[in-house]
Amino acid sequence: MSKDTAIERRERRVGRGADVPASWGLGEGQAIPWEYASAPEARDIVDIKPRYGLFVGGKEIAPRSGEWFTTIDPSTEEPLAEIARANAADVDHAVGVARRAFRRSWGDLPGAERAKYLFRIARILQERSREFAVLESLNSGKPIKESRDVDVPLSAAHFWYYAGWADKLDYAFPGRVAKPLGVAAQVIPWNFPLLMLSWKIAPALAAGNTVILKPASSTPLTALLFADVCRQADLPPGVVNIVTGPGEIGMSLVRHPDVDKVAFTGSTAVGKLIGKAVAGTDKALTLELGGKAANIVFDDAPLDQAIEGIVNGIFFNQGEVCCAGSRLFVQENIAEPLVAKLKDRLSTLRVGDPLDKNTDVGAINNAAQLAKIEELVESGVAEGAEIFQPACELPERGFFFRPTLFTGVAQSHRIAQEEIFGPVLSVLTFRTPDEAVEKANNTPYGLSAGVWTEKGSRIFAIVKRMRAGVVWANTFNRFDPTSPFGGYKESGFGREGGMHGMHAYVRLEDR
Amino acid sequence: MAPAPCQAYDAIVTATRDVAARDRAHELVQLWDGRPGPLGSLLGRVTPVDQVGVEERAGSLMRRSIKRESKLWALDLAIRMTDLTTLEGKDTPGKIRALCAKGIHPDPSDPAIPSVAAICCYPSLVPEAKDALKGSSVKVASVATAFPSGQTFLDIKLAETREAVAAGADEIDMVIDRGAFLSGDYLAVFDEIVKVKEACGDAHLKVILETGELETYDNVRKASLLAMLAGADFVKTSTGKVQPAATIPVTLVMMLAVRDFFQQTGRAVGIKPAGGIRTAKDAIQYLVVLYETLGPAWMTADRFRFGASTLVNDVLMQIHKERSGRYSGADYFTID
Repeated sequence: MSKDTAIERRERRVGRGADVPASWGLGEGQAIPWEYASAPEARDIVDIKPRYGLFVGGKEIAPRSGEWFTTIDPSTEEPLAEIARANAADVDHAVGVARRAFRRSWGDLPGAERAKYLFRIARILQERSREFAVLESLNSGKPIKESRDVDVPLSAAHFWYYAGWADKLDYAFPGRVAKPLGVAAQVIPWNFPLLMLSWKIAPALAAGNTVILKPASSTPLTALLFADVCRQADLPPGVVNIVTGPGEIGMSLVRHPDVDKVAFTGSTAVGKLIGKAVAGTDKALTLELGGKAANIVFDDAPLDQAIEGIVNGIFFNQGEVCCAGSRLFVQENIAEPLVAKLKDRLSTLRVGDPLDKNTDVGAINNAAQLAKIEELVESGVAEGAEIFQPACELPERGFFFRPTLFTGVAQSHRIAQEEIFGPVLSVLTFRTPDEAVEKANNTPYGLSAGVWTEKGSRIFAIVKRMRAGVVWANTFNRFDPTSPFGGYKESGFGREGGMHGMHAYVRLEDR
Repeated sequence: MAPAPCQAYDAIVTATRDVAARDRAHELVQLWDGRPGPLGSLLGRVTPVDQVGVEERAGSLMRRSIKRESKLWALDLAIRMTDLTTLEGKDTPGKIRALCAKGIHPDPSDPAIPSVAAICCYPSLVPEAKDALKGSSVKVASVATAFPSGQTFLDIKLAETREAVAAGADEIDMVIDRGAFLSGDYLAVFDEIVKVKEACGDAHLKVILETGELETYDNVRKASLLAMLAGADFVKTSTGKVQPAATIPVTLVMMLAVRDFFQQTGRAVGIKPAGGIRTAKDAIQYLVVLYETLGPAWMTADRFRFGASTLVNDVLMQIHKERSGRYSGADYFTID
């Protein structure tokens, strides 16, 4: 293929990948001493304890199980700390504590008082933002520039936002009285550990619920640091409880009869299990599950910025994002130049140490996920799609995967159907707007989508027909606490963020 | 490279592969842009630029940090890329001579510091500059075509260009006719650049777009392509007389246009941000964006220049600091 030759030529010349002159097939570059400094964020800002117990009733307690497990840094596979492995008795205890806190202190507290605590938490998150950012990158593998510029500021923003609702619930639902549900069981994934915690805890507390949060087993550390924030904010004991352990602990939490509300973010498979477990009870349920988002680029789009949006859409957080733009639909008449630009841009991505400020793509969160990505990429090659990977150097240790692009993908390929949850983009083409919409909607998921065009009328026409919870126009992966987020179809139900997010944590009664 | 959305536009770009074919390009521009008609304006169909996206990209590149050795190299390069500029009504032969001395030896105490790329001045001072720079590698760049507004008759602009070249200017910095551009008369802008290029003879032509007056990134991209099609050797952001002058996002838009133009035609055009670049940190940020967008082939004074009057001393101060670990006061660097 002629379009590959410029890139191949460059790779031969420079010999190695990402920290290499990006010369865009622009002739023989001179040899220049241009290197980005490894600019690691100082690790010592976080004080990681050797062992973390469960956070129940405002204090750290040893697990009744007497068992512990190790959490690691996915970029080096080095152990970071020992974490308590809760059992069913621990869960039962935590639910009891949360129930008492709901009855005795939190449920009846005036909204303005609850708001004070939430504002305080938001402020502390901002004050300790560097600590949270470094710990998040250490434990999850995401690049520090993302944890620093996205995860932590957005987490604080969610607390600020929902703090504002706490004393205005009487006006949020006109003619109705909003009452808290009671005890909320919240199970969150490993891709955005602190941010998902904030999406869950902030609205729950604002509405007057108490919570038991189960962080993902591979990323418990920022949740446990958040426990420290709760203490620092003088939050009444038992309002926020954090239990750690494997997936089955999440299930026993969800199944617990004294839980009033279940909120889950994670895979569609687990979401279905939770749906079954909750069926027939009077527990309120919201699920935010997988996705296979379509990013549609029309021929009048701002191409160079669309490239940035596509890259951000699929390589943000190594593609481990439920709303990642993993299917790229390009109008056929611009497919060739767009793919060429995209390959050039991929070759400039810097993969490596998550704590380095110049890193664009960090480590995959865990070995099982890496194996899943590898398996799906192999299936893509086997099914006949054409693979492109830049020749960047990967660190020897740690769970890393090259940014990957597939062209010549058909709707029937597994890589176009299944959620990969990794830095892998499938490129498909379309000829007309109708075809774009039809193909984009042709998936069991429906969490997000993107449209790139200069034509405003086309944006509205397409957006109306997309079966996806969020549709971005001329941008991607943009989040705000005021904006509801959630899915269609197998991507789940219920909304988080905005007033819609508040609705999921209240019981509306007639005045 | 594949056909872009607009086939006829491609034809123009392809046609400019050699100078002889420029007539054909001219014909096509005339066909499409001469008068408003049912086909609309060809240049109205240039790939658009998204303001939010381009500013976000520029912002993310500005947060890169480079190694100390690379920084020293970049600072040295920044001096070699500088068009040391004075464009004031009060410029005198004495001022020009002082500036030329500074340009040849930016730091008299350190012979390892390179000379700047060029001295940029008004046409009437070219003979003085040429004389003062005799025997050095520093070029003389002259603004022309009724700088900075460009609001005069074409004959006068061409005469001014020819006079400046005759007086010894190696490079001509012309301004485009923004009035014509904004009223949609792209043909007038194109023709004028072609004629000034002819008047330049062997002198290099830098085309100032005055991005602060074009305002939108779409206009900047259109004007960049127009200038390159018409034969510009460099596209330059600003006169320095209009705010805002050079900004990183505007320069990024021009770099992206240069990249597309090169990939389609094989002709390399340089870029010169000018105005408002005062600190070593600014200069390095521009170089990071340049590296990430056009790569090492563009990291030379033949393809990238800074138009600046006060940048050099801050760069010298940083070089001194990197070498000695201490900052010196401003009085340790000469003001010319």
